[in-house]
Amino acid sequence: MTIFFKTIGFSIGLALVFTLVTQLLPQVEGEAPVETKVDLGSLTMDDFVAMGEDLFMNKGTCTLCHKPPPIGRAPDIQGMDMVSTSSERLADERYQGESKDAAGYILESMIDPSKFVAVGWGKKGSNDTVSPMPAVDKAPIQLSAMEMDAIIAYLQAKDGNEVTVSLPSPEAAAEVAAAAPAAGGVAPAPATTAEEALGKYACSSCHAMDSEDALVGPGLATVGARLSEAEIRQSIVDPAAVITEGFPPAMPADFAEKMTVKELEMIVQHLAEKK
Amino acid sequence: MRSNRHQSIRRNGFSNRPGWLLSLLAVLLVFGVTPVFADMGMGGAEQRIAPIGRVHIEGQDFVPVADSVASGAEEPEQIAAPRTSRKDYPNIGVSSRAVVWILAQLHLFFGALVLAVPLFVLVIELVGVTTGDERYDSMAHEFMKISLTGFSITAIFGGSLALALFLLYPDFMGYMMHVFGAQWLVYAGLFFLESFFLYTYYYGWNAMRYGNLKWVHLSLGLLLNGAGMTIMVISNSWATFMMAPSGVNEVGVVVGNIWEVMKGPLWNPINLHRFIANIGFGGAVVGAYAAYKFLSTKDMEKRAHYDWMGYTSNFIAILAFLPLPFAGYWLMAEIYAYSQQMGITAMGGILAWLFIVQAVLIGTILLAGNYYLWAGMSRTEGSKRYKPFIGFIAFVLVVCFLTWVTPHTLILSASEIAQLGGSHHHILGPLGIMPAKNIAVNLMLVVTFLSFQLYRRSDKVATVTWAPIGNALMVAIYVVAIVNIIFLGVYYGYFTNTVYKVGSSVAQVSSTLVVIIAGIVIDSLMFKNAKTLPSHWGRIPDRAQYALFALPIAFTWLMGLMGYVRSSVKTHWHVYTVMKDNSPDNFIPTIGYAGNMITIVTVLFLLFVLFMFWVASLSGTKQAKPETVTEGGVA
Repeated sequence: MTIFFKTIGFSIGLALVFTLVTQLLPQVEGEAPVETKVDLGSLTMDDFVAMGEDLFMNKGTCTLCHKPPPIGRAPDIQGMDMVSTSSERLADERYQGESKDAAGYILESMIDPSKFVAVGWGKKGSNDTVSPMPAVDKAPIQLSAMEMDAIIAYLQAKDGNEVTVSLPSPEAAAEVAAAAPAAGGVAPAPATTAEEALGKYACSSCHAMDSEDALVGPGLATVGARLSEAEIRQSIVDPAAVITEGFPPAMPADFAEKMTVKELEMIVQHLAEKK
Repeated sequence: MRSNRHQSIRRNGFSNRPGWLLSLLAVLLVFGVTPVFADMGMGGAEQRIAPIGRVHIEGQDFVPVADSVASGAEEPEQIAAPRTSRKDYPNIGVSSRAVVWILAQLHLFFGALVLAVPLFVLVIELVGVTTGDERYDSMAHEFMKISLTGFSITAIFGGSLALALFLLYPDFMGYMMHVFGAQWLVYAGLFFLESFFLYTYYYGWNAMRYGNLKWVHLSLGLLLNGAGMTIMVISNSWATFMMAPSGVNEVGVVVGNIWEVMKGPLWNPINLHRFIANIGFGGAVVGAYAAYKFLSTKDMEKRAHYDWMGYTSNFIAILAFLPLPFAGYWLMAEIYAYSQQMGITAMGGILAWLFIVQAVLIGTILLAGNYYLWAGMSRTEGSKRYKPFIGFIAFVLVVCFLTWVTPHTLILSASEIAQLGGSHHHILGPLGIMPAKNIAVNLMLVVTFLSFQLYRRSDKVATVTWAPIGNALMVAIYVVAIVNIIFLGVYYGYFTNTVYKVGSSVAQVSSTLVVIIAGIVIDSLMFKNAKTLPSHWGRIPDRAQYALFALPIAFTWLMGLMGYVRSSVKTHWHVYTVMKDNSPDNFIPTIGYAGNMITIVTVLFLLFVLFMFWVASLSGTKQAKPETVTEGGVA
């Protein structure tokens, strides 16, 4: 029986030592972000900037990566003047976006961070063409347009620059609220026609549908004469398999995961008839 | 032909009717489930959800789905993940998360134990067959006996956990049921299969002890492990789906088939990590049993037996533990690749502090494992040659342990910052970041392997002529590996771009692996037909047995801690980015709270394990017949 109590005592004592170690460490609780209601009627630009700073530090989780070297995993935005940095990047030949000013560039960086990847900060093996940063308007961060504007206001104001974004109007806030359900609950409905499917997947933003004009990708007015149904299908599902000469390999590779079979077949049939 | 075959089988001893029946039943069970699942719709996922990722484009067997379009087949109903509010979570007066935490952790502890033990039991049984040494067979049987009650306890906690989850998190469980569909039935079916193999394997041990029946018995063990491992990987897919959902779109609608849902980016890393960790954990728990039995008896023969059993358990635990950090690296790399944000939450955010506790736990495991080996050297007279190395190994372990527990930053008051000259200590600060930790952990593993190697060599004298060259080569490999680990950590960790930090850790790990593999290969060749020195099982100090108690406590606590981080990286999501957790417990608790919870589950586990051990010893106890019995009682 002595052995029993000795071994039990030793084991519980050891477990308590480990507990003690946890009690000696800083006790920090990770709160879930709380949705705050803003009184848009009395919002001033200073309030908006402060709101942007709060979003930058908390809900936006920006400071997880954007820290000063050597611990940062992304450029130290707080330590940089983002307005002058934006001008340099817009002029850089590696810039892939369409923005013309600092506010547009910052917004673009939040929604589509791969438009410009700072040297040394790209995903491993991508040669600084793909950013590891998540799109902040999507889950899990899921900032609204108004919240992203607030962050832009903060990044402009913190270095004494002019704030170019406007204060949100009550109408804009209502629109944001109406657009928010993407957070869950309702699935995007499947397209019912080929035209609808082409619109849903934004095909025309890169391909001219009714001419042979080259945009980002080749025009598709007579694609049915050039490619068989199987080839069209492959071009959508696996765009890297055959790349049309003279065009960059820019087509998204995830349509196979996003489209339903019905949508794919409607698009394939529609394009195959374009002769 | 049939007649000859039948005779041949009869000659080989396979005519035993129960053996045939068991095999037939096993085959029926394995193959019988397939058509059932097809009927349930598992085989027809394409038709149900129509993901075009499944469409075969280039091959001959492509089935055009245009037909279904033309025939006007309707798209299936798309069900997104539910959006819950606080009122959707029943309030039972105590924290629902705490209830689920305790039940889930206890289920996992026992699940890990009962999955791991049959794995090494099968290997030990096989060693017994190949060497002809019956001691291995008896020890394997005893290991199974210890863990047998564990199966029932696992099932009890599994059932309680399921009940608690359905009661306390109904919407979340409803969604999980929807996503995984008929897989839940497969899971339940596998439990029946595992129980069948378990009981036939355990109770058939003596009935199938020799000859060809032994191979039937080993096959039952293999099938038992097959069923157990399948159960493990299936349940892992639920956990990894919650962390990194796959096969669903951004609002949680299922767009892939069941395989795509299961095969998330973290599934295989967690499968490997748990597989290895379970073996280490199982070895540590049965080691504690051996230690307890050793301390409880004065019978030298029994002490020798339990000493050998304890040594084997420690060997299993530490050997499984050595590659565990590498599996951990892979898992962490995949977490970063999936979501840098999630990776940083785990390693650089508020959860970063728990890695200090992890260092304490792993340090405890390595120190206890090494100490047991050093103490065990007293069994052999040839160990005197290696005594000077022990001081060196202990020194490296302690220095590395201290490096590992050094934090990078501290929460300080303004006056403390002024006193320190900054938030980082000017000398110790550099020890707080990953390059220093990487050096520390790799060196700890290298010297632990050195302890193992010395222990294994202590009762042998090499007789091959090239022994001096072999020793020199081994020393050279150690020196180069240690220099390489330190150089890579310092140069790429402190003097080059951040990008190289992670890359250099791969080369460090490779150096450690080279030492382990080269050590095993060189020693097996060099000590083949070696002269064996006398070894005295049972001649080990009692205090060494406490190292065998420290191992399972530290292992259990470590598993609890890692469960806390694995669950917490999801932050306020049930299913990351897909289904939010809006319950009152949707925050990451403090490390102190987690520490209390982990100690509670560890002590509960300890008590249940003691019950398991007691039941195992009870089955071998027979009450002496009273000398005279009168009506109504013993006289």
